[in-house]
Amino acid sequence: MQPLLEVDHLVKSFTLHLIDGRTITPVRDVSLTVHAGEHLLIYGRSGMGKTSILKCIYRTYIADSGHIWFSSQQFGRIDLRLAADDVILHLREREIGFCSQFLRVLPRVSALDTICEPLYRQGMDRTTARHIGQEWLERLGIARSLWPASPITFSGGEQQRINLGRAFIARPRLLLLDEPTASLDEGTKRIVIEMIQAAQHDGTAIISVSHDLAGLGAYADRKWTFNE
Amino acid sequence: MLHFVLNDRVNNVIDEDWILRVDHLYKHFGPTCADCHQLTGPTQGRSHCPRCGTVWACVDVNLQLAKGEVLGIVGESGSGKSTLLQMIHLAVQPDRGHIWYRANGETAHDLTTLNRYEARLFRNTHLGIVYQRPELGLNMRFSIGGNVAEKLLLAEWRHFGRIRARTTELMVKTELPPERIDDEPPTFSGGMLQRVQIAKALASRPAILLLDEITSGLDVSVQARILDLLRRIQWEDRITMLLVSHDLGVVRQLARRTIVMKNGHIVEAGLTDQILEDPQHPYTQLLVSSAL
Repeated sequence: MQPLLEVDHLVKSFTLHLIDGRTITPVRDVSLTVHAGEHLLIYGRSGMGKTSILKCIYRTYIADSGHIWFSSQQFGRIDLRLAADDVILHLREREIGFCSQFLRVLPRVSALDTICEPLYRQGMDRTTARHIGQEWLERLGIARSLWPASPITFSGGEQQRINLGRAFIARPRLLLLDEPTASLDEGTKRIVIEMIQAAQHDGTAIISVSHDLAGLGAYADRKWTFNE
Repeated sequence: MLHFVLNDRVNNVIDEDWILRVDHLYKHFGPTCADCHQLTGPTQGRSHCPRCGTVWACVDVNLQLAKGEVLGIVGESGSGKSTLLQMIHLAVQPDRGHIWYRANGETAHDLTTLNRYEARLFRNTHLGIVYQRPELGLNMRFSIGGNVAEKLLLAEWRHFGRIRARTTELMVKTELPPERIDDEPPTFSGGMLQRVQIAKALASRPAILLLDEITSGLDVSVQARILDLLRRIQWEDRITMLLVSHDLGVVRQLARRTIVMKNGHIVEAGLTDQILEDPQHPYTQLLVSSAL
């Protein structure tokens, strides 16, 4: 079976024009694959470029060379490194989700609307979207009294749950999770692992970056780290 | 000498989706000389030619706007952002290049070929513009009702009752008190005047809204409300917007794609999160590092 995502000899460097033009290369010749329904966990020391790999796939970073082959439902097999910006935007709406380590939201939008935003973007009507959003908030154990409040006011663990909910709610085919279980208590970690397993069951491929080898790592299908 | 290699990505929108396309647009002010091109541009760090004094406001500008999209244009003062917007608003004639408009996948029209009458009608029916300074967008001696009516009359609306009803509807939409329909602009606050401009710009249900530094000079709470209003309008009406700003924070909130201009040239174009987190061009890196 063809992998859903195939990262092939990926290189990513940053040229710091403001600091004498020096170049740093956090991602050197990385190759990895992930199939539909599979959970690949990337681990390694801080600063090794784990998050950079995820951001290259999501195209927040532009990789220097190599290929990121993705089997898209809408566009066929395409290289995410070179695809047009608008194609990437379509894929982010429908097929590729990303959960960053930190929640970045507007302080004037409620938790419910924050979690529903990916559905609004897909063009879903507000009533249906809110219904699904409420189910997710319920599942993530966010107290009903907090739903109208902005997640900015929430605790770190609650913010992380909203952040994860936003990534899962759109049911992407590829989900990129950056430290999904950091800052979560054992009970919530359990819920997140169940969410990951349920998504895998629906055919979603997952790439997570994590230090939590004993917790999250125990549930990953494969683990990947850098050659040192 | 800074080394900068443009990467080989294709920065366009999916072909069938575009509504506005700008192709190789040029605009200069001045006599021009043989050395203009060597002496101006981002690598020289200036847009005026030191030999002949010509200002090169836009040089080979290309962009595409998808229907319902918000595209951000950032750059310092004098980078050519506003001139570009004025050319798209058909208020300034480009030296060369094309501005293609295409509604709902129909045949594309080159807006640079329209005569003055056609351009005015197109501007009043298909475009809306909001300026940083309300006196540019509003007639300060007309009431709010009069200002909106002006735009609708130019868009060939003729029925007084319908014009009045549309104005009230727009005031509600832009969170202005409808009972103030007969008040004149000088009696409104700065933030409210921006709402009046937005109401006027939206009057004829334009396909494209052009926004020129609309929150500059407003205090932060008023800025936030204006941006929230625009976000709501974008969600509700799926209106296409071109958002010019020197403030990366404003662009981050509204635009998913951004182009960066310097000295009349586009130096970088990409997804907004990429521009902010992985800026490629030295100038973009400077811009991002200068954000408060």
